[in-house]
Amino acid sequence: MMRFAILQFPASNCDQDCVHAIRVLGHQADYLWHKEESLGAVDAVIVPGGFSYGDYLRCGAIARFSPVMQAVRRFADGGGLVLGICNGFQILCEAGLLPGALIRNRSLQFRCEHIFLKTENRTTPFTVNIPEGRVLRLPIAHGEGCYFAEPETLAALEQNHRILWRYCNASGERTEGANPNGSLGNIAGICNERGNVAGLMPHPERACEPILGSDDGRLIFESVLSALNAGRAAA
Amino acid sequence: MTEPAITPELVAKHNLTPEEYAKILEILGREPSFTELGIFSVMWSEHCSYKNTKPLLRTFPTQSPKVLVGAGEENAGILDIGDGLGVAFKMESHNHPSAVEPFQGAATGVGGILRDIFTMGARPIAALDSLRFGEITNPEVRRLFSGVVGGIAHYGNCFGIPTVAGEVYFDRTFEGNPLVNVFCLGVLRHEQIARGQACGVGNPVFYVGPATGRDGLAGAAFASQDLTEESAQQQRGAVQVGDPFMEKLVCEACLELLATGAVAGIQDMGAAGLTCSTCETAGRAGTGIEIELTRVPQRAPDMTPYEIMLSESQERMLIIVHKGREEEVKRIFDKWDLPWSEIGFVTDTGHMVVKNHGQVVADIPARLIADESPVCEREAREPAYLREVRGFRLDAVPETTDALADLKALLAWPTIASKNWVYRQYDHMVRNGSTVCPGSDAAVIRVKADSVPALPADAPQPAPFADKFLAITSDCNAAHVYLDPYEGSKGAVAEAARNLVCSGAVPLGVTDNLNFGNPHNPELFWQLREAVRGLADGCRAFDTPVTGGNCSLYNQNPKGPIDPVPTVAMVGLIEKPEHITTQWFKDEGDAIILLGEPVDGEDPLLGLGGSAWLQVRHGRKTGIPPRCDLEQAGILHTTLLGLIRAGGIKSAHDCSEGGLAVCVAESCMSRLEARHSSRLIGAQVDLTPEPAPGPANGGEPTDKSPAAPAGNNALPSVRSDALLFGEGQNRVVVSCAELDAVKIVERARLMGVPARRIGTVGGEALRMKAGGLELSAPVAELHDIWWNSLGRAMA
Amino acid sequence: MKVSIIIMPKKAVLDPQGKTVQSALEHMGYDGVQDVRVGKYLEIEVKDGDPETVRARLDEAAHRFLSNPVIEDYRIEIG
Repeated sequence: MMRFAILQFPASNCDQDCVHAIRVLGHQADYLWHKEESLGAVDAVIVPGGFSYGDYLRCGAIARFSPVMQAVRRFADGGGLVLGICNGFQILCEAGLLPGALIRNRSLQFRCEHIFLKTENRTTPFTVNIPEGRVLRLPIAHGEGCYFAEPETLAALEQNHRILWRYCNASGERTEGANPNGSLGNIAGICNERGNVAGLMPHPERACEPILGSDDGRLIFESVLSALNAGRAAA
Repeated sequence: MTEPAITPELVAKHNLTPEEYAKILEILGREPSFTELGIFSVMWSEHCSYKNTKPLLRTFPTQSPKVLVGAGEENAGILDIGDGLGVAFKMESHNHPSAVEPFQGAATGVGGILRDIFTMGARPIAALDSLRFGEITNPEVRRLFSGVVGGIAHYGNCFGIPTVAGEVYFDRTFEGNPLVNVFCLGVLRHEQIARGQACGVGNPVFYVGPATGRDGLAGAAFASQDLTEESAQQQRGAVQVGDPFMEKLVCEACLELLATGAVAGIQDMGAAGLTCSTCETAGRAGTGIEIELTRVPQRAPDMTPYEIMLSESQERMLIIVHKGREEEVKRIFDKWDLPWSEIGFVTDTGHMVVKNHGQVVADIPARLIADESPVCEREAREPAYLREVRGFRLDAVPETTDALADLKALLAWPTIASKNWVYRQYDHMVRNGSTVCPGSDAAVIRVKADSVPALPADAPQPAPFADKFLAITSDCNAAHVYLDPYEGSKGAVAEAARNLVCSGAVPLGVTDNLNFGNPHNPELFWQLREAVRGLADGCRAFDTPVTGGNCSLYNQNPKGPIDPVPTVAMVGLIEKPEHITTQWFKDEGDAIILLGEPVDGEDPLLGLGGSAWLQVRHGRKTGIPPRCDLEQAGILHTTLLGLIRAGGIKSAHDCSEGGLAVCVAESCMSRLEARHSSRLIGAQVDLTPEPAPGPANGGEPTDKSPAAPAGNNALPSVRSDALLFGEGQNRVVVSCAELDAVKIVERARLMGVPARRIGTVGGEALRMKAGGLELSAPVAELHDIWWNSLGRAMA
Repeated sequence: MKVSIIIMPKKAVLDPQGKTVQSALEHMGYDGVQDVRVGKYLEIEVKDGDPETVRARLDEAAHRFLSNPVIEDYRIEIG
């Protein structure tokens, strides 16, 4: 059984959903309060969605200074797996653990709907279990999910296959209409250079049970579990 | 500090009549202070005292074995849903604040209703909203609409409550006076029910949440006046600003604190803030309460006692703590970085005593201010306009010749068009419970173990329970209510119940929001009285007690009163997950069956009175609206639930605005897979009354069954447009596998429900036939109109 | 003393808010509007002190926290 730490900032609101999803998958998930300075013995960290600090100033701008983020940084530096979802992705970008920034949706409106995702790199700890050619159907719910980065950063992401997911249509084609927020290159999720820190705007934790209309999100968590198992076996 | 002298002008300015003032003198045995006058003014406003509506509200059915907390007892009612669980839910209006400042008005409305729910000890798990605006062609209306939706999204999304259902109507009577009714539902274990009572003499009283400012001074009184241009201008400075971030922290901290058992009583500071919360908690407990205003955190300098007592600053709670357990409160609120202050204590005097720097500024018998609040017996008179309404005959409008053009116009009509422009802005999936999302007849929400507030880790953990599924909906066709308040209001209850049943749920209970005009106008009061009678009869028929709600009177603008809107929000329980049913057609070749009479055999204008069709195609809102036979409704609901439980019903869609044509069209195109990906499927339908061979495969296999209702064949001369667009009550369109069609029709008829195979699912086009009328169009084309017209109007 | 910090989206970053305001201004008949960008304005009250020290401190805060250098520029005005 793997142990996940789910961070809790003031006004995180997908923390409970992440705990639920991990438990549905049969693993242990514990809340970790933002004032904690240590992660304890965890196998992976999830930075959940929500409106940490009310999204005041900028999404994730205040949360990234929480004591727990120092611990997350050390964990990531040691190769630990960190997944940021929605506001968690924004926090990781603000913290500099991932490049780029997430800005206001081009429509200027909050968007909540299912979208389709194409997985661009299936060799990372976050994507290894996703079958080739499989288009994922996941919900999004954000007002500031438009991915932006400088051209050089984008080029580096492309070149190093660090773009993990892009918005696409039902047949897996990257189209303008499939992009819900104006993200550059339809980017929905990326990872860091080492490949152990990833962030995405869609919510895999809301898609782990057929009763909720999709269980495609399991593939992402199961990838993390496979990677952790492989790591354990190697150790 | 000297307070103004009490003069008749000052009394009148506080919306208190001379008789009411005399009563204040009697209760106090002396002249009130300025602060006391303010306190009486808000406590006796319609918003807080229901003085105009109390006698009517008493006629609602409020009892059932499932009622754990009944109407009027607390901030929200609670119903039992089995396994030791309860649901707390309530609807409330924020109409006038939203007219003045749509974004903050709507946002703080959401904030208020969320507090009502978590104050009960329940964790909020779903919200819905029922909105009314003027014609969308008016730019000012679009500003209000956009602001209100933005405000609801802002507050609900940040808090993390899924906004899963609702309704939006557009009609010119709401111009300048939009209706914003917000609903919230929460879940808890029976033993977690918290009370808004100041129990235990000597217990400390805590103030929790942000500091008090001059926000929304006397908003409750504001909500109890006619909305005029002048009042809107005057009040602009008074609108409260919501902070959903703060509310989320307050909610989490309160639920954490409640779990410790340190709380003796808890109440939110909503309308009339500190005044209402102190009076009500002491009044309910039969105790007294004493507070010191210098201990109340204040944001603005030099606030007077009057201002502090009447402020409506948001996200504040009053918590009465068991003596000796103060440290737990402080620990938890410090953990959440929330301001708190011990401001007073519970007494045995029965008085609410307010001190400022140790000096008494108000001393009022707490229970009397609530119990002795004035009750106004208003005069009611049948409105004159009803004569013309009843005189309307269908010959006044020609029978349509272009059914397709009519259907397209209806699908594009903002009231009927898809509301995706609205609900895509609401996070409707957070909390991992949204089983049926917006776009079907009712939302379905899952209640799982972690939906319920957690117990402390060291407490004995209760037995696990299987996931539960709740269906929720809100309904009210205001045009029908305007044309016949009694029948229209019954219809609102019946439609809500029907929506739940179509989703596979048994209706449990109701919260209502009565949005009406000025009760001093006898014609408007008559509308209110008749509507309440209709709601009460409807709720009795479906055994759905009213567990609480809200009244918003004085809804009018300089042009006149609004159409009366008794919004009904209803909650139902789905027995098993496999009973969850959605409105859209599923598979090619499935049979389409109509349950219920195609048209009212005894005529009430064949469902076209007050219909969307009459409004859209002829610009008239008149005629006797459809009657609502509650007995027949009950039979239909029982039958449909039985069919759903037996398996075989693949889709069920309630027939309402726009009639059967719109109902079938929606069944073809309302299934949303993902962004820009709706699943469209065609259908061939024949509504012609004669037992004639239908189109290709829409035969009448069981029309000769002896149980067949006589109605069908007796209507050869019925207007074909009434078949397509009439809005008769008690009709549902279901689909099932071809193989099951005969059986389902027979079973329905056996139960006493008229039932008829009307067509078949399949293809890419919708083809409909009704007597001499025919229409045919690609579903994709209809979908584009229906899906995008609201977005295009707002672009 | 009063310090103002003005934070603006970088030129290279799409500013949909600015675009929307611009087109609204045009619709309302305010001709000649060529570009609108919407930023943030912070008013900070600090204890009186050496302006250059104050500026240096706030410059650090603005760079680290108040703005996001990936998408925003800022300028500081003292007094």
